[in-house]
Parts: sequence; structure tokens; C-alpha cells
Amino acid sequence: MAVGEVMRMEIPAGGELTVTSPELHVLAVDDSIVDRKVIERLLRISSCKVTTVESGTRALQYLGLDGGKGASNLKDLKVNLIVTDYSMPGLTGYDLLKKIKESSAFREVPVVIMSSENILPRIEECLKEGAEEFLLKPVKLADVTRIKQLIMRNEAEECKTLSHSNKRKLQEDCDTSSSSSSHDDSSVEDTPSSKRMKSESENLSSLF
Amino acid sequence: MDALIAQLQRQFRDYTISLYQQGFLDDQFTELKKLQDDGSPDFVSEVLSLFFEDCVKLISNMARALDTTGTVDFSQVGASVHQLKGSSSSVGAKRVKTLCVSFKECCEAKNYEGLMLCYRCVRCLQQVDIEYKALKTKLQDMFNLEKQIIQAGGIVPQVDIN
Repeated sequence: MAVGEVMRMEIPAGGELTVTSPELHVLAVDDSIVDRKVIERLLRISSCKVTTVESGTRALQYLGLDGGKGASNLKDLKVNLIVTDYSMPGLTGYDLLKKIKESSAFREVPVVIMSSENILPRIEECLKEGAEEFLLKPVKLADVTRIKQLIMRNEAEECKTLSHSNKRKLQEDCDTSSSSSSHDDSSVEDTPSSKRMKSESENLSSLF
Repeated sequence: MDALIAQLQRQFRDYTISLYQQGFLDDQFTELKKLQDDGSPDFVSEVLSLFFEDCVKLISNMARALDTTGTVDFSQVGASVHQLKGSSSSVGAKRVKTLCVSFKECCEAKNYEGLMLCYRCVRCLQQVDIEYKALKTKLQDMFNLEKQIIQAGGIVPQVDIN
């Protein structure tokens, strides 16, 4: 799919839904200038639009989650994926993950954690908090390709459930924009997104 | 002109292979080359420039931290080594990375403390300094060969490391 190309996908068998899929917008967070340059290139070469920031704090500012004045201008901000380093001074990638998952605006956005250290308790902690994946650095093109496929499957899956008039999903989307957090959809919130994604992806192969 | 191009390409190929064989570069460098194309023809040299600037900055931070006229903050030294280890790993600077790994272990080992630990760290730092400069020189030579090939009207060959 070329950069900027619109993909239209019609879901057959009763659904009248048309899915348009413009390029993914990825927010990449890393305190290392070298790693920022590499991840930016990896994502651009994978046809993603990329915004890079150098810290968790700057990421929260960008997303309007820092309680600053800019928040009201950000309702049109579309971020499809957040990729963040784990070890950063100040706010770690884990802290950032938690803040994102606590927010109503961005909790559905997949978050991928990168780390140079293969520490199992760390990985488990991140996945438990809702990280989509944990990548070991140095990050390679194959890793980014795989993540992108995962994200696009997730997005297609969300549209699929919409097309089958899933009221739960519609209700959640409404709540997201009105930022009320008191809806009782515990089945969605209890399941870490990585596990949910794994069981749903098996149903998606027919879509591609 | 063709004979010159062929000779330059051969030199380039041999030189690149030797850098891998001598452990200066590892397959992450190969990964970076995959990201370079006609649209971004200088990507690899740009990333490596950023890496060398990082080396200068972090090494000078560590030298300052290890200055024994004050109290040495070994955690600060450890943090800088960790960063350098990360960026060297991301660019495929194998020898630098290996030195950073031992340097980090040196900071974290409980065997030494105070002046002795400081001395060991300074030795590690000196080695890192020598190593990154050696890599910088080697890569400059490699990039120069690329330039010469292009100026002679040739194409820089893909080098298969295996």
C-alpha cells in the first residue's frame, strides 16, 4: 500500500460497511536520539506517518494528557500506535503506558514497549498493564512489519464488530468522546489487549 | 573507467567484509543499510554521525563524573554507560557495545568501591574512547570508498556478509 493511498475494503455477507484505511500515525517515544532516528526511519519505510518525542512527559503533552491548556484542541488527533522505550529518565515507558491506559481518549490505542534488556518480570508487568507487545532492542525492520500487520488487523477487527452492529463497541466509542468513564463494560477492560488480540486475530485471516 | 570502478568496488567489498570479520560491525549495521535507499541515500552515515556525537557527549559526562576532586556518582556513570550501550547496539557498533557491557558490569559489581572502582571505570572509559574513535576512522574510510565509486560513475555494491 503506497503512502497516502486509501484502501477500501467491503465486508461481504450482509455488511454494508466500507473501510477506508489511510496511513497509520505512530507516536514514537525514546530519549536516545540515535534510537529515535532509527525507529522513525523504520516506521516511515513501513508507510507510517511518524511523530517522535524525547520523553514520556513530552508524549503526554502531545496527547493532551498532561492536564495542560492544549487538551481541548486535540479532539482531532488520531494516533494509531504508540511505541515507547522502557528505560527513560523521568517517566518510564511503563509509567507512560499506565497513563495512556487510564485515559479515556487513548486507552484503546495499542502501545508497544521497547527495551534493550530481556527482563521477564518487566515484560510480564508491561503486558499485564495492557501493552500490545514488548520488543527487544535493537529493533529491526521485521519487528516493525509484524507490529504494523498486528495493528492493521486490530483496526479491521474493530470495524468488523461495528459492521455487525455491536452495540457495546458503539457505546464505548460514544463514551470515549464524551469522556465519561462510568460505563460497566468489564469484559473489555479485564482482558489485557494483547491476549484479546491473539484470540481475535485467528478469525481475521478470511478478511485478508 | 570501468576497470577503475571494478577495482573500487572490490576494495569496498573487501573493506566492508573485514570490518565485520574484525568485529567492528555486526548485523544491526546490515539492518541499517536495508533502510537506506535512493530517497534516503545518506541514512546510514547520518545515524552514525548522531552516534559519534552521542559518544563524545556521554564519554565527557562520564569523565566529569569520574573526576575524583568531588564525590563520584557511580550511578550517573552507570546510566551514561547504559545509554551508550543502547546506541552502540542500535547502530551495530559491536566492539563499542561489548566494551560498554563490561564497563556496566564494572560499575555494578560489588567487588570494588571508592578509588579502586573509580580507577577501573576510568580504564573502561579510556578503552571505549579509543574504540569509538577507531570505528569512526574505519567508517570514514568506508564512506569515502562509496563516494569514490559513485564519482567514478559506478554503483555501490550490496555486500553479502556471509
